[in-house]
Amino acid sequence: MDISSFLFQPSVFLIWTSLVKTLFILFGAILPLVSLAVFAERKVSAFIQDRVGPNRVGAPTSLVGFKKDYSLWGLGQMVADPIKLLLKENFIPKSVNKFYYYIAPKLTMIPPLLVLAVIPFGSSFLGVPMVIANVDIGILFVFAVSSLGVYGIVLAGWASNSKYPFLGGIRSSSQMISYELALGLSVVPIFLICGTLNLSQIVDWQVKNGWLIAPFAVGGGSLSLVQRVLLWIPMVISFVIFLVSMFAETNRTPFDLPEAEQELIGGYHTEYSSMGFALFFLGEYAAMIAGSGVIVTLFFGGWSLPFIPDGSSHWLFGLTNIPDWLPGVVWGFVNINVFFAKVSLFIFFFIWVRWTVPRFRYDQLMKLGWIYFFEIALANIFLAALVLVYIK
Amino acid sequence: MAFVVQRPKLNLAEKLYLPAVLGGLLLTIRHFFKGAAGRNVTMQYPEVKWDDHLPEWYRGAPTLVADEWGRERCVSCQLCEFICPPRAITITPEEIPNSDPWAKVEKRPKEFEIDMIRCIYCGLCEEVCPEQAIYLRKDYSITGYTRAEMKHDKAKLYELGGVKAGVVNKWNEKK
Repeated sequence: MDISSFLFQPSVFLIWTSLVKTLFILFGAILPLVSLAVFAERKVSAFIQDRVGPNRVGAPTSLVGFKKDYSLWGLGQMVADPIKLLLKENFIPKSVNKFYYYIAPKLTMIPPLLVLAVIPFGSSFLGVPMVIANVDIGILFVFAVSSLGVYGIVLAGWASNSKYPFLGGIRSSSQMISYELALGLSVVPIFLICGTLNLSQIVDWQVKNGWLIAPFAVGGGSLSLVQRVLLWIPMVISFVIFLVSMFAETNRTPFDLPEAEQELIGGYHTEYSSMGFALFFLGEYAAMIAGSGVIVTLFFGGWSLPFIPDGSSHWLFGLTNIPDWLPGVVWGFVNINVFFAKVSLFIFFFIWVRWTVPRFRYDQLMKLGWIYFFEIALANIFLAALVLVYIK
Repeated sequence: MAFVVQRPKLNLAEKLYLPAVLGGLLLTIRHFFKGAAGRNVTMQYPEVKWDDHLPEWYRGAPTLVADEWGRERCVSCQLCEFICPPRAITITPEEIPNSDPWAKVEKRPKEFEIDMIRCIYCGLCEEVCPEQAIYLRKDYSITGYTRAEMKHDKAKLYELGGVKAGVVNKWNEKK
């Protein structure tokens, strides 16, 4: 059997394409995006506070014979920050529980990366769907895995054997039980409307019937514009609850109680240095990216833009004498970029909110989660069901 | 006496948080675009310096000045050395030899050292000087790689100080 027919056996094909997609997501998208998000965090916070932000580190072109260095608006910081963290001493306090102290950062970092496995980040590319694992339990997988991230934080807080990390860990666990319920319930209307848990099919539904957060109907779906506007009402409620819960899920301000620099000196990662701290950092920003990805997929149509075809298209501005695969490649590429553009916008929104809204007090978060969001999300399910009954 | 602080009565919009959050977001995005357009208040230090904004009375590094004929004004009376609170000044006086054009002036400093690590920029040396020979100029960025480098000797002090012409009645405004 020659190599090409071996590679195109269905099972083998699935394995190596999944590997390629995983490598692309990890090293082509997540790591650069995390780096960029850290840089954006510093730059956006600086602009919001009327400062300049990092603007020195750039291309050291004078080292290779050019006349001057170019600062490139400080973009070199993207490289300098990880290098700094890598080169630092990994100091481990004597009093920690070594085993849990070691695995806690990894436990925080892995769940957000796993979440990305089920998110469709593009339509298709040469017939290969741009999602690593197209599983039918989609969103359940997301919830199941992303709530595992809290174990890393709790373990870090406990294993550090120090009071501030401990408080951070406790806060993290009790924060989790107060928002997780609302987070799960707020997306139930989506499944009522789309009739599926599979994230790829939810995106397909939105391609046909318009994004869930935007009441337009252009893709030739079964719903009319009036029906879309009616469905839009429960969707906005869902979106607000999901978004706020997502802020709590990713430990971002205004719900960054486990970290709370001012109160807990960094909270659960106080005792970590070097790569341990870097992994927490990576995990937090990867969670932000994964959370943005989930929001974009559920409410903002994933990789779709109105009037832009997907990877199965054979149309390229009416050109006729082009190879058959070219339109699919072009639009597949465009779709991937649309997805990451939307994700980047959401990352900007996360940062923007962080530098706007002060941290909630502890009881306020519990009250918000248990008394308001839980009930509203529950009522919203019935509202969505009633709307569905009315329009069907 | 104990008293009760009245909690403000919030209406529905305030209880919802959302209008306030949206207002805050609008405010910060305005600042974001202002900052992104480059209109921020940060002074880019090594490129832009304080020098143009220093007030007239700024107290920088103490320096020695010569008069308009090139005579060093200092006569080594050592008042500044005595008054200097951190004892940063060390003066070694010497007599002016007869061959010198300024031989009629009794003394001059053979060596005049100000240890800029010790100097606290208080300006007492300038105030006490009867000959109006020592002035605090506007140099504020005094740095060096070694301690020896941070000790300003006579040549360095004259180089920083330059020439001050005429009689400066530094007490006039304080009379």
